[in-house]
Amino acid sequence: MNRSQKEFLAQYRRRRRIVNVWRCLLLLLFVGAWEGSTMTGLLDPFIFSSPSRILSSFISMLKDRSILYHMGITLSETFISFFLVILIGILLAIVLWWNSTLAKILEPYLVVLNSLPKTALAPVFIVWLGNNMKTILVAAVSVAVFGTTITLYSSFQSMDEDKIKLIRTLGGSKKDILWKLILPGNIPAIISVMKVNIGLTLVGVIIGEFLAAKAGLGYLIVYGSQVFKLDFVLLSIVILCFISTALYLLISLLEKICTRHYQ
Amino acid sequence: MDMLLTVNDLAYSYHSLSGETQVLDGISFSIQQGEFVAIVGPSGCGKSTLLSLICRLLTPDSGEILLEEGKKVGYMLQKDHLLDWRTTEKNVALGMEINHQLTEQTYLQIDYMLNNYGLVGFRKARPDELSGGMRQRAALIRTLLLEPDLLLLDEPFSALDYQTRLSVSDDIWKILQKENKTALLITHDISEAISMADRILVFSRRPAAIKKEIPVILTCPNGRTPFHARSAPEFKEYFNLVWKELNDDE
Ligand SMILES: Nc1ncnc2c1ncn2[C@@H]1O[C@H](COP(=O)(O)OP(=O)(O)O)[C@@H](O)[C@H]1O
Ligand SMILES: [Mg+2]
Repeated sequence: MNRSQKEFLAQYRRRRRIVNVWRCLLLLLFVGAWEGSTMTGLLDPFIFSSPSRILSSFISMLKDRSILYHMGITLSETFISFFLVILIGILLAIVLWWNSTLAKILEPYLVVLNSLPKTALAPVFIVWLGNNMKTILVAAVSVAVFGTTITLYSSFQSMDEDKIKLIRTLGGSKKDILWKLILPGNIPAIISVMKVNIGLTLVGVIIGEFLAAKAGLGYLIVYGSQVFKLDFVLLSIVILCFISTALYLLISLLEKICTRHYQ
Repeated sequence: MDMLLTVNDLAYSYHSLSGETQVLDGISFSIQQGEFVAIVGPSGCGKSTLLSLICRLLTPDSGEILLEEGKKVGYMLQKDHLLDWRTTEKNVALGMEINHQLTEQTYLQIDYMLNNYGLVGFRKARPDELSGGMRQRAALIRTLLLEPDLLLLDEPFSALDYQTRLSVSDDIWKILQKENKTALLITHDISEAISMADRILVFSRRPAAIKKEIPVILTCPNGRTPFHARSAPEFKEYFNLVWKELNDDE
């Protein structure tokens, strides 16, 4: 390795180290300032909570397992609605791709439903479905499913006409075009839709839990703010930070594994 | 004479909101078993449309396309269109998979073909690991595995660079010769048409009609291959003849 390459690598490492150090420092600074200002009375810990209070309520809730229960509820609601969104989205996109007249007819409805703020629907779901998990799932699914359908449908549509011609010259039917071309060819698109949706369904679940839940992190946030237990609220928010990051990383890993062979 | 393919007074138009585009008008020709026929014509004149009609992907407005009883047509497109997510082996097997013909037996056949055409080491490779020439050969195997009697080739070499194109066209010509296939080749490369074909059909501008039919007879003492054909004494004359037909706008 020659000198200029060595210098380049050294500089690259130096830069990376600076970035990492500052990232950690920023977090420490923030947590330290928060803790310090609540300790000295600059901020009221009763309203702003504090890192140490969050930690101790986490430990005590870990002991009686209640935090695991709430996390489990939120996570399972998120996973269920996530899979429902992906499944329904793919199925609807296939139906629209299969029948272009139907797609043309439904197009304006999909656009309206997609741009409608779904939070507005949540109270309606409570009235229709009751104060239970069904409402939460429907709310979460409704947040993401229309966008998913539209994105996947347009991705299905953009398949190279010549590749479709290839399948037909080999004697393939529309079903073959779907199974041999459209679905396998759109795996990267499906995964990128998943990446967006894992976050969106979490948002939907939390909204649902705000309104209609007896458990879950969203419930804990609402409950905590009502009884002025801000430790619960902030603890839930911190946990949500971790959960959303972990879910995103999970999908990124899936992406790495599944899209190796796509250009 | 028994004809493998007879096209009679064929006409076809595309329709869109902006109007009708008449693409083919009164095309008639026929191809004998074992013959290699090339079509040259201005781009956009309707050559690909003709192949789609022969392959029954489109239905003619009028006229008829008669294929000898029980014979099959294979189609090779301009690009190889190998699917990124399949290995060479699976790409090549795509046609048989679609036609539900995959058995132990056919895997042996696939192996044999890959072996014969220099792809056996790349059986598990993805398309992006293959060179342009290898990809085109894989596409040809994919078509040949369905055992077509008539092979339609739609500018199959135009995506390749010149060097590769010469060797791949030589390769593919030999493969077709060995398998005793009948072929209809579309090309915009006059030399390619003369070097490969027994007969050249020159198409006019859209709506395409057959302007001239030129049988190609070359003197090749070392046996006729596309490569040797290029150095035949008559080559230049044929070139000028086809060139004149293509550029003569009457
Ligand atoms: N699906 C289509 N709809 C309308 N016009 C088309 C369509 N496909 C091809 N054409 C037109 O028909 C003409 C002939 O096309 P094509 O057969 O592909 O020409 P070639 O292969 O000789 O270059 C072109 O002018 C093209 O614009
Ligand atoms: Mg063409």
